[in-house]
Amino acid sequence: MSKDVVAYMKKDYIEKLLAKGERVDGRRFDEMRPLSVEKGYVGSAEGSARVTLGNTSVLVGIKMIMGQPFSDTPNKGVLTTNAELIPLANEDFESGPPGRKAIEVARVVDRGIREGQAVDLEKLCIVPEKEVWIMFVDIHALDYDGNLFDAANIGAVAALKSGTVPMKRAGKGEDYPIPLMHEPISVTAVKIGKHILVDPTYEEERVADARLTIATNEAGRLCAMQKGGEGSFVVDEVLQLVENSKRLGAEIRSRI
Amino acid sequence: MGGTPLPEGIKLIDEKGLRMDGRRPDELRPLKIEAGVLKRADGSAYLEWGDNKVLAAVYGPRECHPRHMQDPTRALVQCNYNMASFSVDDRKRPGPDRRSQEISKIISEALTHVVFTEYFPRASVDVYIEVLQASAGTRCAGLTAASVALADAGIPMRDLIASCAAGKIDDVVVLDLMKEEDNFGSADIPIGYVPRTDEIVLLQMDGDLTADEFKKGLGMAVDACKRIHEVQRDALKRRYAVDDAAPKGPSPALDGTKEVQ
Repeated sequence: MSKDVVAYMKKDYIEKLLAKGERVDGRRFDEMRPLSVEKGYVGSAEGSARVTLGNTSVLVGIKMIMGQPFSDTPNKGVLTTNAELIPLANEDFESGPPGRKAIEVARVVDRGIREGQAVDLEKLCIVPEKEVWIMFVDIHALDYDGNLFDAANIGAVAALKSGTVPMKRAGKGEDYPIPLMHEPISVTAVKIGKHILVDPTYEEERVADARLTIATNEAGRLCAMQKGGEGSFVVDEVLQLVENSKRLGAEIRSRI
Repeated sequence: MGGTPLPEGIKLIDEKGLRMDGRRPDELRPLKIEAGVLKRADGSAYLEWGDNKVLAAVYGPRECHPRHMQDPTRALVQCNYNMASFSVDDRKRPGPDRRSQEISKIISEALTHVVFTEYFPRASVDVYIEVLQASAGTRCAGLTAASVALADAGIPMRDLIASCAAGKIDDVVVLDLMKEEDNFGSADIPIGYVPRTDEIVLLQMDGDLTADEFKKGLGMAVDACKRIHEVQRDALKRRYAVDDAAPKGPSPALDGTKEVQ
């Protein structure tokens, strides 16, 4: 509870700065934090990437196993996305089964790469109706200083780009790169009072009224969206954020 | 959504531009709401929307458990969205899954926005949404019913939230996807909208849309929410009408079209 009091006091400070057009870390409202992406970080994974976005650090690993396809998609591989918010990353995270926050992160990242058709799942089919690759995209927050959605999404796309389908290990032939079709990138913004800022820090996220994550692909088409928080947006704000996401998404995409 | 090929012989939109159930692109499925249907709950609502059947119940404000969740400055609005195992074609395993937990979270957040939570410090307002029969759009149906149930419980609110989805089928932006359209369509945009303040409190999207298509869909969904809001108000008026001449019972179907069984 004392943390909430601190957040409440900080909100006043953050809002006063915002009224002057400033953020605590000196960024513009539509500016992302410095991004670095290291692909192939974990040797034991089929694909991996470590992403740092400002002080937020996320590791995404991909593992693949053989299995059966779903009956309604007999010629497609299976994609599952999971997020673990381990207590190592933030004082708010607890051990145990994933809570609603972790589930939301996993499902929003999943929606982005699934609906954005990042992976050509038909190329992960070995024998239709019998044998396909089941791909696990596991998101591990290492250091959580806000905007896990985007860091995890960038990590997932980068891990997919670095990944290899382990055909040799399974005794099925030659390895090949994970077949990619699109690169959906999400951009998250929060609303604090009347102000809208992209890529919130933990501090900003804590005092934010509402959050909106929008994923777009390289053609500028929308593939996923998720609003969160107890506040609200009006239509014009949403449409403005769509344009923001297209522009910033393209910048991020060029750096993965 | 997206990618599932349409089975032979099924057309989502015919030559006349009408949909599988004869609706125009901007037409909603028939919607009926009844307030105050459960005895034990502090407030409740039953809703039929196309082939969806949804119950919502509200308990509270009551003491918040577990106590460490209590907020000394305001009440928590805690929503639980649940689908009955028999509500869908393939039996759903009972209990919370990832999808229902996500939906519960975003509906809780949306409802928190309209409830005057500061009136009830340390308390909890518990909202239970039970999907009895599902046919696409259950989160919108659930949120629409939950708002009516909250009002029926006498919880002070800024407004009722109306909820509805737009989507895309065969490259046409349409309103309120039905099951087949949800399965074989290419995008879905569920929203929750507060008509009095013109605010969006729930927004999701999945599939494939251009920015212009999204703009069109969002506009259509907002307009539809205003119509749904009328049905919600009507349900409450029926419930609390003191005039004997006032009509009782379930509200008439929206748009005066087909009556739901």
